[in-house]
Amino acid sequence: MRYFLALLHKDLLVGWRGRVRLVGLGTYALTLLLLFSFAVGPDTMALRDHASAYLWLAIMSSSTLLLAQSFQQEVEAGAIEGLILLPVPPPALYYAKALANLLLLLFLAVVMLPVSMVLFDLDISGSLLTLLLVIILGSAGIVAPGTLYAAMTARLSSQQVVLPLLLFPLVVPPILAAVKATDLVLEGDAMGQLPAWIGLLVAFDAIYWSLSGLLFGKVLDE
Amino acid sequence: MPGERLVIMGANGSGKTTLLRMLSTATMPSRGTLRLFGLDPAREPEAVRQRLALLTHLPSLYDDLSGTENLQILARLLGKSLNVEPWLTKVGLDQRPEPVRSYSAGMRKRLSFARTLIQDPQLVLIDEPYGQLDPEGFSLVDRMVDELSARGTTVILASHLVERAAKLCDHGLLLHQGLPRWSGPATQAHQAWTTLHRSLT
Repeated sequence: MRYFLALLHKDLLVGWRGRVRLVGLGTYALTLLLLFSFAVGPDTMALRDHASAYLWLAIMSSSTLLLAQSFQQEVEAGAIEGLILLPVPPPALYYAKALANLLLLLFLAVVMLPVSMVLFDLDISGSLLTLLLVIILGSAGIVAPGTLYAAMTARLSSQQVVLPLLLFPLVVPPILAAVKATDLVLEGDAMGQLPAWIGLLVAFDAIYWSLSGLLFGKVLDE
Repeated sequence: MPGERLVIMGANGSGKTTLLRMLSTATMPSRGTLRLFGLDPAREPEAVRQRLALLTHLPSLYDDLSGTENLQILARLLGKSLNVEPWLTKVGLDQRPEPVRSYSAGMRKRLSFARTLIQDPQLVLIDEPYGQLDPEGFSLVDRMVDELSARGTTVILASHLVERAAKLCDHGLLLHQGLPRWSGPATQAHQAWTTLHRSLT
């Protein structure tokens, strides 16, 4: 636990000091949302119908950049090797990095949410807390395998290309569940389907977070 | 033996860095056996890693953080005091707030040595200790190696600067194409290096 807390502190501190990069990511995500709303046009119904999909597309796109950046400094200065040789247990390294990535992605998502409400003319029919829960679970479904793949591809010069190619097919199921659950929170859940989609997200997160933690040591060995 | 110093010499590609990386457990040997502190690094890497430190041309530092913050991360991981000022003072640095990216090569090297001092390992492996340094930096490396040795830490360094490194060390090992060609007292290291050079050219 000492290792995990120390590493989480380090990852958040490095993330905070590199907040210029976070501002860049936020600008990128907001530009995507703006372009999506322009593409649909002034049709209010169409905007509302597609809002959850566009929100998750923006979250997913910015997540790959965030994940790639998270290992950039570790590799550039040999910091990750320094940590491995200390020695720090690989699961502590993974869970600290993944949680820090999740918190940074949630920060971006929380910025995107009110902008989406304005751009897509949204009213939340369900509870805001439920919407936040869906965003947390959906983001966790991206970040868990994303952190593992970001570590695998960290030394590649083509990481920005390879990472989405590896990650996107794997995160399609949780993203689909997150889009559907977000839609139900925004548009209303007359048939009571929301708990099933949230349950699916929880199941994917449990599998991804446990498996990725177990596999991270192997990735570092390679 | 504790406090002793060994210099590994050899031309580019002779296997100096590979040997240091194997000793540090960063790379495992593809053949043969390796034992460190009586342990098998392949079976007990963590037990071995707790006793050694590796310094390479990559300083293992976070560029966006200050020197103090970099050392505090290490201290926090090792469960040691977060007051890192004594370690900074020891290597001739102060608690400046600037990020490490603004540091010179010499200052980064000092910070790397401070990291090693905090770790307090039994064995320190240093790859090209004089690389990217000015003459003042050379003296710093010599002082730091002396300091580590005085604390009872065994130091193994790999260097192109044979004459300088040999003066600092007790023993020498000459590698050629991955194999040991000579080993003996460091006072004879330069002679062995010159003889090998002549036989190859």
